[in-house]
Amino acid sequence: MANVLLSAKGIKISFGGVIAADGIDLDVHEGENLAIIGPNGAGKTTFLNISTGYLRPQAGSVGFLGRDITAQLPRTITRLGIARAFQIPQLFLDQTVMENMLIAAASLKGHPSGVTALASLPERGEMERLLDLVGVKELARRKARELPEGQRKLVDIALALALKPKLLLMDEPTSGVASSEKFGIMDILTRALAKEKVTSVFVEHDMDMVGRYADRVAVWSMGKIQKVGTPAEVLADPKVREHVIGI
Amino acid sequence: MAGRLTPITLAAVAFFVVAATAPLFVPSWATLFALILAKSIVVLGIILLLQAGQVSFGHAMFFATGAYAAAFWGKFVGGGDIVLYLALGAVSSTVFGLIVGLFVVRYREIFFGMLNLAFSMVLWSLLEKMFHYTNGADGIRVARPSLLGMAFTPEAFQFVILYVSLLIAVAAFFGVQRYLDSPLGHMLRAIKSNETRLEYLGTSARRVLLVGYAISAFLGGIGGTLVAIIQQIATPEFGFWTKSGEFVFIAILGGGAHAFGAFAGAAMFEIVRFYAAAQLADAWQLILGAVLIVIILYAPSGLIGLRQRGNRRKEEAR
Repeated sequence: MANVLLSAKGIKISFGGVIAADGIDLDVHEGENLAIIGPNGAGKTTFLNISTGYLRPQAGSVGFLGRDITAQLPRTITRLGIARAFQIPQLFLDQTVMENMLIAAASLKGHPSGVTALASLPERGEMERLLDLVGVKELARRKARELPEGQRKLVDIALALALKPKLLLMDEPTSGVASSEKFGIMDILTRALAKEKVTSVFVEHDMDMVGRYADRVAVWSMGKIQKVGTPAEVLADPKVREHVIGI
Repeated sequence: MAGRLTPITLAAVAFFVVAATAPLFVPSWATLFALILAKSIVVLGIILLLQAGQVSFGHAMFFATGAYAAAFWGKFVGGGDIVLYLALGAVSSTVFGLIVGLFVVRYREIFFGMLNLAFSMVLWSLLEKMFHYTNGADGIRVARPSLLGMAFTPEAFQFVILYVSLLIAVAAFFGVQRYLDSPLGHMLRAIKSNETRLEYLGTSARRVLLVGYAISAFLGGIGGTLVAIIQQIATPEFGFWTKSGEFVFIAILGGGAHAFGAFAGAAMFEIVRFYAAAQLADAWQLILGAVLIVIILYAPSGLIGLRQRGNRRKEEAR
């Protein structure tokens, strides 16, 4: 069994009367691609928000590489090695793709105090490599605002990879993308993750994606993890098919 | 906002050449250009904050801090030198900026603007009420200082302060451009477009804004010291909210997208005021107001945006 990278224990959180997590225990193992599936509003994104410090759980804890990161600031958690890609890509729209990447590179180096021009940073070559890895190198000079959704998703992921994370949390990496492009984006994405040796957790609604790209699947429903297993095991479970997938 | 020799940078260089040479032919312009340059330095600070999408309605507090740093030295210590005054103005305004900044960088947009206004009004009240130290509304006279120990006649001094202002303005212009081209400058702009992402890259947006704010306060203080020396007085009006409004006005007039906007706006503002005040006495505000309405309606990117608008039209016509 591979090392446990992220470990959630007894996570509880509710919003008014809605219970999003009611004692969630979930481990993420080094090197895997873990998919979290479940009905809309089940609490899947809440888990990502808690793991990255955006939300504080009402009970329970999150550990990363043996260190308690519960309720740490997002930037502190990022610096420890957890990066995030968003359902709606979060880019600096008024800046070029390369400037976006170099801002990430400068962030990784710590607080930049020098007056070296951003465009002259030595990390430029490495950022070009990462853009190439996700297939958007030719967009480096384009303003992020000019890109279509699919390309924004890839840049968002390249931005996360620029932080050299150990773990990447992705919220519906192909939502908002034309169905004809989804597999292409996921192919690029999983190849890039494998090459960079990044473990991933992704929230997903599309079971074709889950079946093809996940190593393990966690089913999140009614505030609980209902089942964890390989895609074949989980997707074949009649309860999961009826209550979560809706077949 | 690149440091390359863009057309706008060339326009800035041309402006600096005019500021350096025109007063040699029309000596009465020496003080006018010195004032334009000094105020431009303050407005550069406003433009810096605009990069982060924040508008300070209280930046006159740093302008007043720089002015009173020189005035207090003259009043309580005596004598004085331009270099000493500038150093005092720069240090005091930067320290004050860091202290105020610790509070204001926690807020954004209207709350940021209004908290700045609140701090500036506290300073203004102190300057008004602490009569024993500040002479209240009368202000403190700033005697003509020396420059590196050399004293000057009033006629020569107006050129001395012009060239000192010009030197600092050129350094501030290129320094601000360099800063905005640096990673920190880009992060400042990133606050405007996506602060959440900046935090998720591991960077504290508040710290980035605090650095920008301190630089902005530094520029405000330098500008305030220069104006106090040029006008030979520091009064509480230097810190009043209308003065803060004037700086924001100039930034919008010139355009906040480039450092040269500060100079274009200040030149337009002071020239209109200089001539309109002479011709129409109390109606100069009316003229400036009308100019601003026209700018907002037809050139929302300010005077420097007019050129870009012209370029776009040419491209569309092709």
